[in-house]
Amino acid sequence: MATQLLIIIPCFNEEDSIVSLLNELNQMVVPNTFTITVAVINDCSNDNTSMIAEKFSVVVINLPVNLGIGGATQTGYKYAWENNFDVAVQMDGDGQHPPAELNKLLQCWQNTQANVVIGSRFLVKQGFQSSLLRRWGIGYFHWLNKFFTGIHIYDSTSGFRLFDRKAIELAVQYYPDEYPEPESIVIFAKSGLSIYETPVIMKERQGGKSSIQHLYQLYYIVKVSIAMFFSFIRK
Amino acid sequence: MAKIQIIVICTNLIFLAFIARLIVKAKLREEYAIVWLLITVLLALFSFWRKGLDAVSKLFGVYEPANFVFTGFIFFILIYLLHLSIVNSKQQKSITKLTQELALLKEQFKQTNKSKTN
Repeated sequence: MATQLLIIIPCFNEEDSIVSLLNELNQMVVPNTFTITVAVINDCSNDNTSMIAEKFSVVVINLPVNLGIGGATQTGYKYAWENNFDVAVQMDGDGQHPPAELNKLLQCWQNTQANVVIGSRFLVKQGFQSSLLRRWGIGYFHWLNKFFTGIHIYDSTSGFRLFDRKAIELAVQYYPDEYPEPESIVIFAKSGLSIYETPVIMKERQGGKSSIQHLYQLYYIVKVSIAMFFSFIRK
Repeated sequence: MAKIQIIVICTNLIFLAFIARLIVKAKLREEYAIVWLLITVLLALFSFWRKGLDAVSKLFGVYEPANFVFTGFIFFILIYLLHLSIVNSKQQKSITKLTQELALLKEQFKQTNKSKTN
């Protein structure tokens, strides 16, 4: 039987980029061992994201209250869990993660049977590499993750990741609300899941604004460090 | 009775009446009401028993009763704020869960309706 794959796209005001993303996903060719369903999680956008997404043959889940990236993504994992999907891939709605790169995650998963596969910008330094400041931040998280979990994750802030059913189950139970990416790695590693990174090429965002700008970058680093620490000592 | 005592007792009574009204109108949950009622009782106690503050300060080894009052109340307020943060976090969690379940249900409902019409 074909592997059921759910693509989760959390969206908050992504009307500029969602059309091309969904078009690309429609035209994408994946190994025929997979059947793909796309779920757009509209995190209470105040633009036309939902209306635009409804025109495509995708599942659109509209959150009545804005939950933030973590809550929106977790909704997707809940959907995947309840509808018996084997694997779920989360992708940003802003076009940073080209659908063509999806095959690399799938390939890595098929080869390794890992519980979590993370698409990484930095394993092979190609494509959009983010600003210097952010790369430093990500380098710091690499170090912190190594410290807490003992594994090397070079792009722990990447939101381009694949979860198998075991990881989905964990994400359904607990997923951080705000800035979930680096923290969730600590949680997964502690639960004994295997985590692999595979090189992907990312683009610069096609529209919308980063949720992490100016002083929020500092807040991000502090908040995520604390969250990682507490996830580490939590039983 | 000193002037300040009368003022404090009057303020206290108004405060008490206000809290009572909130409870009657079900705008304040009883668990919070208890805290506020206790504070009113405490204030009333010390406004009648003027020497009381000195006595309690001495008991704790604080020279100035005013300092005792400030320290005590600031500590109490901090604890109470912490309690409110806990309540808030719990509510946040509940809201997240409710929102997600509602969105998933609505999607399921949409699908069921669609398959019925087809």
